[in-house]
Amino acid sequence: MKLVVGIVRPEKANDVLEALYRAEVRGVSMSRVQGHGGELERVETYRGTTVQMGLAEKVRFEIAVSDEFVQPTVDALCEGARTGEVGDGKIFVMPLDQAVRIRTGEIDHGAVTPVDK
Amino acid sequence: MNALPSVFAAIDSGDTAWMMAATALVLMMTPALGLFYAGLVRSKNTLNTFMMCIAAIAVAMVTWALVGYSLAFDGTGDLIGGLGYVGLHGVDFLPRNDESTIPHLLFMAFQATFCIITVALVSGAVVERMRFGAFLVFAALWSVLVYAVLAHWAFGGGWLAERGTLDFAGGVPVEMASGFSALAAALVVGSRKDYGRQALLPHNAMYVLLGAGLLWFGWFGFNGGSGFNTGTNSVLAFTNTLITPACALVTWFALDLIRGRKATAIGAATAIIVGCVLITPAGGFISPGWAMVLGFLGALPCYAMIQWRPRTRVDETLDVLAAHGIAGFTGILFIGLVAQIGWNGLADGLFYGNADQLLDQALAAIATPAYAFIVTFILLKVIGALMPLRASEHDEAVGMDVTYHGEEAYVTGEGAILVMPADGDEVKVPVANPG
Repeated sequence: MKLVVGIVRPEKANDVLEALYRAEVRGVSMSRVQGHGGELERVETYRGTTVQMGLAEKVRFEIAVSDEFVQPTVDALCEGARTGEVGDGKIFVMPLDQAVRIRTGEIDHGAVTPVDK
Repeated sequence: MNALPSVFAAIDSGDTAWMMAATALVLMMTPALGLFYAGLVRSKNTLNTFMMCIAAIAVAMVTWALVGYSLAFDGTGDLIGGLGYVGLHGVDFLPRNDESTIPHLLFMAFQATFCIITVALVSGAVVERMRFGAFLVFAALWSVLVYAVLAHWAFGGGWLAERGTLDFAGGVPVEMASGFSALAAALVVGSRKDYGRQALLPHNAMYVLLGAGLLWFGWFGFNGGSGFNTGTNSVLAFTNTLITPACALVTWFALDLIRGRKATAIGAATAIIVGCVLITPAGGFISPGWAMVLGFLGALPCYAMIQWRPRTRVDETLDVLAAHGIAGFTGILFIGLVAQIGWNGLADGLFYGNADQLLDQALAAIATPAYAFIVTFILLKVIGALMPLRASEHDEAVGMDVTYHGEEAYVTGEGAILVMPADGDEVKVPVANPG
């Protein structure tokens, strides 16, 4: 059981959701974050003030999956989020000690496996 | 200086005062439209959408002064005016003709604000993907090739005006011209890349409502000023501008409630615009009673179009065709049915025994959309052959604000590094620490 965290471009978030759906990965959290990963910096000017925008808007996906779903999830994130340019984002896969489905009290595998119907 | 007393004898101070106020009211409609449109797009395109309206003021005012006004209002050629007023030559403090009671210069300024808002209206079809530079070129050429020509047909003594087609405040050059040009522009520029794949939702409904409210306020100058005086037609148009949009709102609420069981706010903002457009051509010509009927019934085809269009492949993004083209078309034809000489002093419509008026109105309702659509289509094809019309996919994804203006509407400043050119070296000073 792993927690897959993907940080992607906001404009690719919908493509990622579609790719995850096709890979039959259900159960996703996403949040808007600001981050910096070495992309070419954006210069903006407000009246006389010129600034380099060091942080870019990103979307962070958090997906808890059973082991057999780790690779499909990573593949789907890559497929959905890649443009080939600097700033496409990162994926982190980390071990997960426990997952609990609050409604039923199921733990671990049962908790991260979607309920059919 | 001996000429002065006779000059000012023809000028009515009340009319002039009202027309100065009306001109300012109509100019305010363009930033109001910017708010309305900006609220309807995604947040990353807020500034660009508003800037297209601001650009319309810059570009169309210049083209209007240089050549547009002359082509629209010099002489009584069938299809186009002359070049006598190029560069505003000869546009002075005298009334422009025997009927006019205001200075020619003020008449020109009032008409300029119409040209400006019409150019801004067309931008609604191409927001969120058209290159800003290409839009500036398009705006300059369109204001002359389409707006000035149609203004001449309807207002400047062209063939429609000569026939007796009634168009009080711009059903022909403003509403139908912008609506059907918008359709052509949407077809040539093409859909946004995400259109039909993702939900592309309005990012700020409050801007939409505020913009609609300010547009309605400005519309009292637009319609109320189109009589160029403070006479009966002007008072009628002014009052009808209050009545018809209110009735369109009632219809819109009812349709929303029947279809979705909820009266929507953005629907209400749209209904205000539709009602104002419906009464634009008819304002000074139909009775207040018929203005109510126009609001109640005229909203129906516009509502239907706004429901149907997003189900098509045509990304006419902000529904200029439905809200302006179809509503203007409806208003122009409605005059031919219900005009009353007792109210307008000019002509009756079909219901009062004058079928010819409906024919004159129908000619305008056919010729204007055809001209606007065809010329806009060709114009954009030609511009498109000389320069790209659209932003790249990458730029479209990042958003027009950052791409073309180097600004964001909702900038936080977190992580922004100040760039200060000092002694030729750029010094980086962190101004905000994201923590």
